[in-house]
Amino acid sequence: MTATEPVSIAGAFEHPTREAPDKSTMQLHAEVAKGALEDAGLEKRDVDGYFTAGVPEYETGLSPLVMADYLGLDPSYTDTTDFGGSSYVAHVGHAASAIRDGRCDVALVTLAGRPRSRGQATGSGARELRTFQDSFERVYGATNVTMYGMAAQRHMHEYGTTSEQLAEIRVAASHHAQYNEHAMYREPVSVDDVVDSRMVADPLHLLDCCVVSDGGGALVVVSEDVRSKLDRDCVELLGFGEAIGHHDAGRIDVTTTAADRSGSRAFAEAGLGPEHVEYASIYDSFTVTVLEAIEDLGFCEKGEGGPFVEGGTLQAPDGDLPFNTDGGGLCSNHPANRGGMTKVIEAVRQLRREANPEVQVDADVALAHGTGGSLGTRHGAATVVLGREDR
Amino acid sequence: MTWEPRPVPDVTPETEPYWTAAGDGELLVRKCHDCGLVYHYPRSLCPDCFSEAVEWCETSGHGEIYSYSVARTMSGWPDEDLPLVLAYVELEAGPRIMSIVDADPSAVEIGTHVAVRFVDAADSTIAVPVFVPVTD
Ligand SMILES: [Zn+2]
Repeated sequence: MTATEPVSIAGAFEHPTREAPDKSTMQLHAEVAKGALEDAGLEKRDVDGYFTAGVPEYETGLSPLVMADYLGLDPSYTDTTDFGGSSYVAHVGHAASAIRDGRCDVALVTLAGRPRSRGQATGSGARELRTFQDSFERVYGATNVTMYGMAAQRHMHEYGTTSEQLAEIRVAASHHAQYNEHAMYREPVSVDDVVDSRMVADPLHLLDCCVVSDGGGALVVVSEDVRSKLDRDCVELLGFGEAIGHHDAGRIDVTTTAADRSGSRAFAEAGLGPEHVEYASIYDSFTVTVLEAIEDLGFCEKGEGGPFVEGGTLQAPDGDLPFNTDGGGLCSNHPANRGGMTKVIEAVRQLRREANPEVQVDADVALAHGTGGSLGTRHGAATVVLGREDR
Repeated sequence: MTWEPRPVPDVTPETEPYWTAAGDGELLVRKCHDCGLVYHYPRSLCPDCFSEAVEWCETSGHGEIYSYSVARTMSGWPDEDLPLVLAYVELEAGPRIMSIVDADPSAVEIGTHVAVRFVDAADSTIAVPVFVPVTD
């Protein structure tokens, strides 16, 4: 299983809005699709592959049909893989497979949503029962933030991780967000600011949690044939991996995520290791999501994430592992509660030298990692290793 | 303490014995005859070996806290239940089971010994297992 034909990301676009009360979700999808195609230098009629996890409002598997209709697409290949926020990282890998199989040449990936305008209580709201497992979980009032809280609590218990160490992750994100004019929260914060903020779900404070934002993003993934005709810096997909973590019949380990498998698969395909990664976009629904992913992706040993993030490791441009230089989901944007899209977009910006200048890293190899669902029950993980085309 | 307006479980043919046993004061788990796995939540096929030779087993209802979190605020949930201690309880029988610990948060730590209690649901033939701290 080797990735032979090169596949590249030619277009990336993040919607600048964080609150869209007067727009529909479909409209946002269309705006990001247009933005990403313009970025790539391609036309809508070039698109022959379409990837989306759907329109959150509809909660229906039919939403790809709704979106293809609305966008006026005629794809020969469609993929609607949905495991939450990691889906959009997975779509990049799935698009590469479809392109290498000859099913399409120009794959458009779109995400949009309006949880902020819809007043959705995303992290701390009780939810109606929808899945089979909810009768054993949500029936108790389990919320997203309490489930991540359980992960953080156990990590602290087993490894001595502290709230101050988790706070370092927010501090780095906020340091980057001050340079992003679109970020929701641009004020740099200190470790004390984080640990002094209101406790939401022990041991997670308000500032351990990501923003709730409207918006969206899109990517255009292309074959080598298409790339060679574009007058555009492209980013090559060097490796991809995905995995699922779950309750495991009652043996759940909330200190470890499926990033241990998605990451090793992506690195194996790339023929690279964590030591080659010069910039990392890591899904940051909560600070603990980042901490566990850093360990599971192999940037440090299991349990050593706390000491690893101390001392500015994650801060661009000088830290050893600069991460989420747009401010990430913690400070900038978490469109439709599905931040995997923005993780890929910022990695592309970094490799194309289009990040905000104060946080631009001289990286030839970058990683983007998505975590979808919940660490406390079930989650998807998807990892891409990306490289500059002239690396 | 009334259960409403909290959600009630969706009782299916596959899970009905679990919920009705809870209504009778018993916490059940599933055990596979072929591979020996004791598992939760209930499923009709063993999730390790896909055997159909699985049976219901009574548990002691005792266990210890594997991890927990305390919801300090929560929209769509009765205020009188807050703060709410959500936990994974590792049962003596083996599996880790998500539940509530009905206690002051200061009485809960990882490793705290707990025992099951049952809260009646709106349909009084079933009940929902929760846990309370116990001293050894
Ligand atoms: Zn079995």
